[in-house]
Formats: sequence, structure tokens, C-alpha cells
Amino acid sequence: MWQRFAPALPANPWNWIAVWRRNFLVWRKVALASILGNLAEPMSSLFGLGFGLGMIIGGIEGTSYISFLAAGMVATSAMVSATFETIYAAYARMQTNCTWEAVLCTPLTLGDIVLGEVAWAASKALLAGTAITIVAVALGYAEWSSIPYALPAIALTGVTFASLAMVVSALAPSHDYFIFYQSLILTPMMYLSGTIFPMSQLPGSFQRIAALLPLTHSVDLIRPAMLGRPVDSVGLHVAVLCIYGAFPFLVSAALLRRRLMR
Amino acid sequence: MSTAAVDLFEVSKSYNDRVVVDALSFTVSPGECFGLLGPNGAGKSTLARLILGVASPDAGKICVLGEPVPARARLARRGIGVVPQFDNLDLQLTVRENLLVFGRYFAMSAAEVKAVTPALLEFARLENKADARVAELSGGMKRRLTLARALINDPQLLVLDEPTTGLDPHGRHLIWERLRSLLARGKTILLTTHFMEEAERLCDRLCVLEHGRKIAEGRPHALIEQQIGCQVIEIYGGNPHELLPLVRPQVQRAEVSGETLFCYVTDPEQVRVRLAKRTDLRLLQRPPNLEDVFLRLTGREMKD
Repeated sequence: MWQRFAPALPANPWNWIAVWRRNFLVWRKVALASILGNLAEPMSSLFGLGFGLGMIIGGIEGTSYISFLAAGMVATSAMVSATFETIYAAYARMQTNCTWEAVLCTPLTLGDIVLGEVAWAASKALLAGTAITIVAVALGYAEWSSIPYALPAIALTGVTFASLAMVVSALAPSHDYFIFYQSLILTPMMYLSGTIFPMSQLPGSFQRIAALLPLTHSVDLIRPAMLGRPVDSVGLHVAVLCIYGAFPFLVSAALLRRRLMR
Repeated sequence: MSTAAVDLFEVSKSYNDRVVVDALSFTVSPGECFGLLGPNGAGKSTLARLILGVASPDAGKICVLGEPVPARARLARRGIGVVPQFDNLDLQLTVRENLLVFGRYFAMSAAEVKAVTPALLEFARLENKADARVAELSGGMKRRLTLARALINDPQLLVLDEPTTGLDPHGRHLIWERLRSLLARGKTILLTTHFMEEAERLCDRLCVLEHGRKIAEGRPHALIEQQIGCQVIEIYGGNPHELLPLVRPQVQRAEVSGETLFCYVTDPEQVRVRLAKRTDLRLLQRPPNLEDVFLRLTGREMKD
């Protein structure tokens, strides 16, 4: 049993770094375009909704609407960056460009590759989330002192959503199927998780569903940190995100073993 | 523990009830070039995957460089270089960066990769292309880079899956010459191919496969001598089934494949005399080759 699944697990704690560095080397050549492309959407949402709706709504939970929204956009952009990197870029490396096939002929295991890809997607999520945090801080919508607290939460959000997206990549027969994950899972999750409006506005049953969603816990960590408020139940939020990161990682590795190592 | 570079014993593999490798056994000795020869679909690429431990056999035992595979395939792969059937280089990266990235998979430092890069580029005749993006290289250059990349870890064993498929004759000859220089350096090569010429030129020994089964094994020239042992005349231009009774008394054996009649003869002149009046026919006389062996053993040509 163990021998069957050993190739799907990382061989050691450092092999994945070679995969991460390969992706970094490729990304470095298009870094500027990539950063601009990744930031344009969350920034336009932040300013469009923040100013537009902000004027109608005024204050919310004791702060301006745009400050409230900033944390939601940080969490959402981390989710979207990690997801898109995994379902489009990593999927292409696996399926179209056969980059993974080349790596499987080296001492690295499939688990090393998957871990490297998840870490890479989380790094891109961290970059996107951090950039928005810095803009928010620079414009006075968040506290400078919040950055050291927000960064680990953004990184953890990246790992969680990269792992979840890896399961989708492992199952998808082609990239045409990814739209279902985006429209049926990610978009509803964004509206349920208190990114754009407070969860307290939802009917009770929806609130109970929202409490189970990883993005909710990500927002619950990032928003108080950015607003310079104490974070409640840190352990719970971190544990939920870790479970949503670790379990799908193992599931995706097992599914990918069946897909690629037949 | 085996001293063989590769040792397969009664290995079988099926996909969805289709048997791809069927109770196959063979041994590759250190320093030899061993060929797996067969048409597309004979199971050659599956065998390469099994040997690398990327796929697991349903039955049988595989041992590569002294390590049981797939159980300890990861350790075996430290000493293996692979040229896959289809190039999977990083197109966005330069030639030099491709080597660097691959060296890291073998836990080499940047300095270690840098130290071996000039020799690898020289080997691949890509000295002037070190900083070119791979997307800009020709097919032959990409193939040679793939071969150089496979040597980054100074492997004992090279697994080459159809290394010259898709190359022009010049590119093919250059790869063959490079592979011979590797054999001279004592490397072991396991080569899959459907090119008879490639197998005849490079392989010390080969295993002829059909539907995942071994139908012959031995040295190329010994196989040709054993199975054919006489001259061949190929006859085109007429209906081979009508020509067959005409030449039957003059030939030892004849096979029809497509629109060609293959005649195996000790005295080719007799056939020529017999068909002298048939000006519509074209006769090609040649020494026997592995294609004839395959045709003899399976009743069909290996060409697709």
C-alpha cells in the first residue's frame, strides 16, 4: 500500500524547491506584465466598488466601506491568483507542455512536483495579496503595522486554494472544464464569505454554510489584521485553512498518480 | 542484486484489458547498446516508462542499476538519462537555462551545472546557441539539447525513446554519431526505435517486439543471418499475388506486403531471367535487413 503511494508523496522536504525555482525562472522573464495583469482586476474592483458603493453605504462595521472591502479584495485576489496559476498554468505544464513528464524522469517524485507547484501558486497569491495590501496601506485604508500579520494569512490562503485547485486540475479532462469550478464554486464563495459585504447580511442557513468555507476563514484573519483590530479565534481559522490545504493536497497527489503514472 | 544495467523478468502490463507488455524478459549488460525494435503500438514506450518506474507493472520483476523498480525507482533514476519520444524542453528558457533547471532536479548546485555546461554544449554542437531561446532552435538542435540535458547527471544508463523520429537524414546521422561516442565512453544505452537502419547501426543486441511480446532477440547480423541468410529482391509495379506463382520455383521464400513482392533468393539472376520480359516491373536487389526479419516473423512490414 505504502509503496503504491510513495511516488505520489514528496520524497524529502526540499526537492520541491527545484520545481519552484524553474517556475520562478520562467516567470521572471514576464514578471512586469504578470504583475500588472494580476493586479488590474482586484484594483479596479477595489476602487470601483469602494468609491462607488462606498458613497452610498458610508461606514460599515466601524470603518469606511473601502477599508472593509480592501481586506476582502486581498483575500479574493490571493484565492484567484493561486487558483488560476494551478488550473491554467500548472495544468498546461502537466498536460500540454509535458514539463512534468520531463521531471518525472529525474529523482523527483510526483509529490515533489505537486508540492512545488502548490508552493509556486501560493507565492503568486502572496505577491498579488501583498501588492493590494501595500496599496491599501499607502492610501490609508489599512494600518502599516498590519502587514506582518496579513502576509502569513495571505500565504496560507494561497496554499489552501492552490491545493483545492490541484484537485480540479487532476480531475479535469481538458481546460474547458475549469469554468465550472470558477462559476459554480469560487464566485458563490466570494459572495458568501464576507469579502464584499458582511456575512451578517446573509440568511442564517447561508451563514452556517459560509462558516464552513475556507475563504471565510481567510477573510476573518486578514480583515482584523488590516484594520489593526485583534483577531478572534486565530487557531480555528488557521486550522480550517490548513485542513483545506493538506487534505486536497493528498487527494490531488493520489488522483494525479492515477492519471500520470498508469 | 543484479549486475545487469537493466533486468526484466516476466514483466506484463495491460491498459483496460489490452495487453501492452506480455510476460517479457530481457537483460541489458553494462556498456552495451540494447534496442527494442517494433512497430508503433508494440509496447516500446510503455517499456521505457516501466523501466523508469513512471508506470508500475501488473506482474513480473524489474531491476535497473541494481535497484528494484518501481519500489526504488527514484534512486535508480539518479543514474539514468532520458530522451523522451517527444521533446519536452522548456521553450521559454534559453539552452543554458534548460540545463540549469534540469541540473537542479538532480540536486546539482548552479556552480556544478555551470562547470559541466560547456562540455555538454560542445557535445550537442550548440556552443553558439547557449543563450538562444529553445523556441528558436531547429528540430535537430532541440533533439541534441534533449540529449545533452539527459547527460547532465553523468548517467550510467541512457533510455532513448525513438531519439531520431521526425529528424531529417542529416540530423539523424548527427545523433547516431553522438550516441556512438557515448558508447565509446562506456555508457549503457537502451534504445527504442522503429527504424531498422538505426537498430542495425547502433545496437549490439536487440529484442524485436510485436504486441508486447518478444518475437526475436540477438545481435542484428546474427538475427538477419539466422532468419533470412540470402539476398532479397523486391518487386514492384505489378499485382504481387499474380507474380508470386511466376517466380515461386526460383525463390526459397516469398512474402507479399502491400504492393510489393519480397523474394528471398540464393541466386537472384534466375528471378531476373524469369521476369526479363516484364518491362512494367521494377526489381530492387539488396542484402537482407531487419525489416525482412520482422516480415518473416510476423508476415507484415514494420513500416506504418
